[in-house]
Amino acid sequence: MSRMNNRILFVIAASSLAVGASRVSASDGTAAAGSTPVPDVSVTLCDGETVMSVPGLKPGEVLPPERAKDVAAQMLQAWRRTQGEARWASWARHVPFETAARSGGVAAQPPAAQAPAQPTKFTARDLQLWQREEKKWIDEGYKAYHNAKALGGTIGISCDMCHPDGSNTHPETYPKFQSQTKKVALLRDMINWCIENPLKGKPLAENDPVLRSVEAYILSTRKGTPLEPGKH
Amino acid sequence: MKDRYQQYIEKRDEYFQRIQRLNRRDFMRASGVAAAGAAISGALSPHSFQPVDVEAAGQSFRFAYISDSHLYEKALNERFVRSILKAVDDVNALDPQPDFVFYGGDLAQLGQPKELEEGSQILKAIKAPVRMMVGEHDWYLDMGEAWRKHFGKDTYSFDHKGVHFVVLNSVIVEDYWTGPKMTPMERMLAMAQLDNPNGRPFTVGDAQRDWLKNDLANVAVDTPVIVFSHSPLYKMYKKWNFWTDDAEQVQALLAKFKTATVIHGHTHQMLTNKIGNIHFHGMLSTAWPWPYAPQGLPKLTVRMNRADPFDEFDGCGDGTVDVAATGRVDKNFNFWSRNPLKVSAAYLDSDGLLSKPPRESDINY
Repeated sequence: MSRMNNRILFVIAASSLAVGASRVSASDGTAAAGSTPVPDVSVTLCDGETVMSVPGLKPGEVLPPERAKDVAAQMLQAWRRTQGEARWASWARHVPFETAARSGGVAAQPPAAQAPAQPTKFTARDLQLWQREEKKWIDEGYKAYHNAKALGGTIGISCDMCHPDGSNTHPETYPKFQSQTKKVALLRDMINWCIENPLKGKPLAENDPVLRSVEAYILSTRKGTPLEPGKH
Repeated sequence: MKDRYQQYIEKRDEYFQRIQRLNRRDFMRASGVAAAGAAISGALSPHSFQPVDVEAAGQSFRFAYISDSHLYEKALNERFVRSILKAVDDVNALDPQPDFVFYGGDLAQLGQPKELEEGSQILKAIKAPVRMMVGEHDWYLDMGEAWRKHFGKDTYSFDHKGVHFVVLNSVIVEDYWTGPKMTPMERMLAMAQLDNPNGRPFTVGDAQRDWLKNDLANVAVDTPVIVFSHSPLYKMYKKWNFWTDDAEQVQALLAKFKTATVIHGHTHQMLTNKIGNIHFHGMLSTAWPWPYAPQGLPKLTVRMNRADPFDEFDGCGDGTVDVAATGRVDKNFNFWSRNPLKVSAAYLDSDGLLSKPPRESDINY
């Protein structure tokens, strides 16, 4: 295992440690008032299964950094002993999704000379699924964006008439102070403004799926554009 | 080597000596050359030294334009009706009256007979004679049937005060509707969507180019020619049909003329271009302004600012065209919510060195 992975897992383990400790200390608050001995704090690893009690650590106490590192390392070892080795090997066999996407296939293996791929849980199949789901939203948004009635417009005006291909919507510039409304606006506020004014419709609720899909479409037209909040 | 000031003084003296012995056409040419030379030397502000466009009697004239009104029936959408009425008021208020008013296409939004009828009625209130051009929004519901019933031929030419005018139908696209059995309204909606990824490029087409060739055959090369087309007769951005696919072939037919100008609609914005000897100007829309295309903007175009969506008239307007005795035109953009702006022939003739239209302030308001 590389040093990098070690560090990532350590950070995860350490944060679990903190959460575990605070949880225990809260639930043990009443118990501490009685005569029963206060149990040691036990911590749970981020896998949700590996549990370890920290000898001598009582609720509310803070471990010194050296000791915390030691606990994290022990937990990681415990995880690898029980189930980790098998799973680790299985993950390591996967092609990282970045590599798969670049070469356009699942079967692609990194060249031998290259450093071993970073293990990841995500496969090309996962990526495909996510892209499909994302596209569904964008396509729904595209339809509403190009249909005068779908957004509740009443005078035959649709978004694309002034903003072909999402142009001049500059979603990457929000949030910003909209001088005309004298308020800070998000993209969805301005979509609703357009629905209400040029389209002469009724503004949609914040969680309305049509509003969300139109927002998704507009954002998709500028994917990769650097954010410049407050510009314009 | 002479310093810049001496060069300037000499050019200036030469200029004033020459204009005394020149007739008007030579005067225009000489002054343009001298002014351009002086501008290149970088020694003077172009404004201190520019030929005044002297109106030669009976030669120069003015016409007005209205374009891209995209009318729905008034019962559905009053906004676009208000806008074209504003334009009609504008041209009727011009004093002196323009020789004629040119309509640049897309009178209707979805080519419906009632939309065209409404537009036709509104345009009847114009005092000056009206000349019409067709746009894709007028055409693709019934392939121009209703439009032709109201306004006659979609391709024609006429002569006015020594200028040969040509009106084209530049929105011809190849048939992509018969195969998938689209209904007329489906075809109309597909054509009305500017960012339609399945659209086809506009063309003037073989038949009209043949007609144009014949039409221009008997026009002398020193007769000024002004061509109207709905789409720009050059290639800017294919995805939105800010584009004519056979533009080069049409330009070739105009290349022999000393003075040729193309004035187009469709783009709803200030656009200026020059290819060879041909000047190109876009017309404003009365309905809404389009954003500039993400690529292909001609070098000579001075961009108008992004429109304020909170002002329904901002970025919209109409305009006039001043045709000089040389046949060159100054294009005046009459913005409804902004200062008017002139793009002059001198600006184009000097390739942008002289009379540069001012860039509007508050770029990113």
